[in-house]
Amino acid sequence: MTTPAPLSLLDPDDATLRRLHDRLERDAHLDGLLDLAYTTVPTPVGELLLVSSAEGLLRVAFDLEDHGAVLTGLAARVGPRVLRSDGRLADATRQVEEYFAGRRRSFDLALDLRLVSGFRLDVVRHLREIGYGSTESYAEVAAATGRPAAVRAVGTACGHNPLPVVVPCHRVVRSDGTSGGYLGGPAAKDLLLSLERSAA
Amino acid sequence: MLAFEEIVATHGPMVLRVCRAALGPVDAEDAWSETFLAALRAYPTADVENVEAWLVTIAHRRAIDVRRRRARDALPVATLPERPTAPYDAHAHDELYAALAALPAKQRLTVAYHHLGGLPHREVAALLGGTEEAARRAAADGVRALRARLLTPTGATS
Repeated sequence: MTTPAPLSLLDPDDATLRRLHDRLERDAHLDGLLDLAYTTVPTPVGELLLVSSAEGLLRVAFDLEDHGAVLTGLAARVGPRVLRSDGRLADATRQVEEYFAGRRRSFDLALDLRLVSGFRLDVVRHLREIGYGSTESYAEVAAATGRPAAVRAVGTACGHNPLPVVVPCHRVVRSDGTSGGYLGGPAAKDLLLSLERSAA
Repeated sequence: MLAFEEIVATHGPMVLRVCRAALGPVDAEDAWSETFLAALRAYPTADVENVEAWLVTIAHRRAIDVRRRRARDALPVATLPERPTAPYDAHAHDELYAALAALPAKQRLTVAYHHLGGLPHREVAALLGGTEEAARRAAADGVRALRARLLTPTGATS
């Protein structure tokens, strides 16, 4: 099939498509149709994907994780009615930007923790209590969650933290003081730790 | 599972071309919005093997609704209602819209659904009634009429 010559003049421009997309976001939200909304924010650790449900922020993902793959996975797991909506995520975006500018020490956002359960949920809850600029070792987190032998499981829980940066798994480091592994790569973890040291 | 955004990003331009050809530049935007809202409401549906055909079929029904609404709204009002302003890129091709509007409805819609929406003649016929052969003829006649009106005066096409 080929598009006959004069009909190619019907191609919409980007501004028109953006305007229609805005309208779809609004209508879908008013009708309560969306499972998930998302946006992306450029940061010093690369583009962050922010995904929100009706209950709150559900997922933060690094470039390394492949945003498209993350969204496809969430569509299957949570629901496929997913739209990009910068407006729905405006508050989260602003807080992430303030954090990376050194002007925010904690996040004031509703969180949807449905992606974590069991021991990992205990770890995530504890992570939220580790203050800005301070760190704990994996062993300390294990002890704090009442399972001192579960040091490796703490490492796994941190590695599967669905809300990195916002839930500060980067504040969990090795007992020898080196930073240890990180979802966003070791350089990202070092950057977050030094950001908090210099702004603290 | 495909996030719905992927469907909007991939097929949004196609659906707008179809709606523009079927309805003109202003009503096309209402039809586009209603099409994707209806698709979102139905998503995921069990039997969407061909997403394009699914969207064109929804767009066809939404276009009928929009056209009916316009007709109904237009009747009792003596003065012309304020129309929302169409975007500049839609207004830039008034001659094309005039040529489309001048086509018989069947030709206009077969051009929209087959040439712009990619729907096979058989499925266009199922949507509009009539035979596959009639749909094929209407699409060909429609394109010929558009070319004659729009391309002949300057004589050259790129």
